[in-house]
Amino acid sequence: MSTVITASGLSKQYKSTLALDNVSFQIPAGRIVGLIGPNGAGKTTALKAILGLTDFTGELNVLGFDPRKQRDKLMGEVCFIADVAVLPRWIRVSEVVDFVANVHPRFNRAKCEAFLKRTKLQPGQRVRQMSKGMIVQLHLALVMAIDAKLLILDEPTLGLDILYRKQFYQNLLEDYFDEHKTIIVTTHQVEEVEHILTDLMFIRDGKIVLDADMDAVGERFIEVMVNADKADTARQLKPLDERQVFGKSIFLFDGVSRDVLEQLGEIRRPSISDLFVATMKGTYA
Amino acid sequence: MFWLVKREFWEHRGGFFWAPVITGGVFLLLNIMGIITAEVLGASHGIRFGASGGLQRVIADMDAGDLSKVGMALDVAMYSAMGLLIVVLGFVVFFYCLGALYDDRRDRSIMFWKSLPISDASTVLSKVVSATVLAPVIAVIVGIVVGMLQLLILAITLSFHGVNVWQLLVQAHPFRVMFNLIGYIPLYVLWALPSVGWLLLCSAWARNKPFLWAVALPVATGLLISWFGIMGLFNLPMTWFWENVVQRSLFSVFPGTGSLFGSSLRHSTGNVENLSFMDLGSTYHLLASPDLWIGVLAGAGLLVAAIWFRRWRDDS
Repeated sequence: MSTVITASGLSKQYKSTLALDNVSFQIPAGRIVGLIGPNGAGKTTALKAILGLTDFTGELNVLGFDPRKQRDKLMGEVCFIADVAVLPRWIRVSEVVDFVANVHPRFNRAKCEAFLKRTKLQPGQRVRQMSKGMIVQLHLALVMAIDAKLLILDEPTLGLDILYRKQFYQNLLEDYFDEHKTIIVTTHQVEEVEHILTDLMFIRDGKIVLDADMDAVGERFIEVMVNADKADTARQLKPLDERQVFGKSIFLFDGVSRDVLEQLGEIRRPSISDLFVATMKGTYA
Repeated sequence: MFWLVKREFWEHRGGFFWAPVITGGVFLLLNIMGIITAEVLGASHGIRFGASGGLQRVIADMDAGDLSKVGMALDVAMYSAMGLLIVVLGFVVFFYCLGALYDDRRDRSIMFWKSLPISDASTVLSKVVSATVLAPVIAVIVGIVVGMLQLLILAITLSFHGVNVWQLLVQAHPFRVMFNLIGYIPLYVLWALPSVGWLLLCSAWARNKPFLWAVALPVATGLLISWFGIMGLFNLPMTWFWENVVQRSLFSVFPGTGSLFGSSLRHSTGNVENLSFMDLGSTYHLLASPDLWIGVLAGAGLLVAAIWFRRWRDDS
């Protein structure tokens, strides 16, 4: 399988803070990667480096291009939705479709119009007259009509109601994603992307603290519900996290064998949000 | 590039198209109001121009020299419509350039534009073309239409007084006026370049308040130089600085300033009597002045800097 992004020794220094600290990773094609971290962990900086929007030190190869030097060519293969409010407020639906159709070689106008038909958007409508949800619908319709190899989503569903959010990811999975495409998504609403991710990356203080595919995550991290009498035994196995529910303790283990844990109590796969909270403990302290 | 410029037009339809149209409309309206006032006042005071063909006789008595003066007056009427539009155009271009690379950074829509496979150089150049070609072309077209309407209004008014309109109109040179105005555009592109470059650079560079930076920087430097000059220190070329740096960086977007404080008028062979200083042969004397070409070079340099800032400015 070909590699879409190769980063090695990526660093970015802002005035006083180190936003990326010697980060290295690889992202193969056909994956949906969740880049998850607390506020200010360096997620957006990493995405901006990939998109060539910011300077950095280290090596970075995106689809065979150096984002610093070949940004224009790179953007023919990459799409991104950075936040809800980036479409210019003065533009009309028909204008933005016209414009993208004429500047983007990989844009399929018929496809875009088909997507737009499914929404309430009118050709003459301006972005400033739309709700946040409608703006994202428009942006998504544009992006899904572009046959890009890499799609980058930075908090795409921020500020949307649950209907739009569900629809957003559903459209993305059903009508867009295939084995030739790669999606990188950052979000705080971890529960929503949990079921669509194939890979997980946790980033904290500019460092990648976890980089694994979801199957590996399921094998490595196990949650056990332990009765009070076995709690001390469980604690000796050095759990990542412990919390109390209905008089029982729930322990989260990293890399402890399944057989051992099954003897302690009922085991299950931890949710990403629990895993996230456990991994990021003490970030803001 | 066509679509990039079209995009600029969509965004700035108000400034590029409606501003000259509305200005032209107001100009015509004021003229009509003026004519009506004159007619009403004239009628109430019992003054009756040419009711018995008197005015027509006056014209018939004029010799060729007088008639050409009438033609010139009509040409002036056409130019005057343009004059007002030119001032408006100057302001539109000035503020357009200041906002062109700043507004989308402020509302973060730059993230959308940058997600498209368009180089930063073509983005910046599309804005230069919009400012120096698109905006003046629209203004000139509107100006010509307004000028024609103006002539028509004068002609109709006069014809009410029994004056043979066509006899007068053949004395005007509407096509020469048109030709001069259209022909001036390429010169404007070159002359405006340092201003456009400087304003776009400020627009791409300033983190906030590009207007303040764009105006304050050259003016403050000028004041500093003048201050040293007054104290007799360093013997810096203060007049030169004000004329060639401050004026060129801020006011060259106003069309016609090339002929005003450029060197062309001083060496102009043109003759104010018959408006020939507006002829291309005379306006294009500017091409011979080093001021123009130095300005073009400086403008190109400023644009390169603007492109660089557009590429690397990272403030989101």
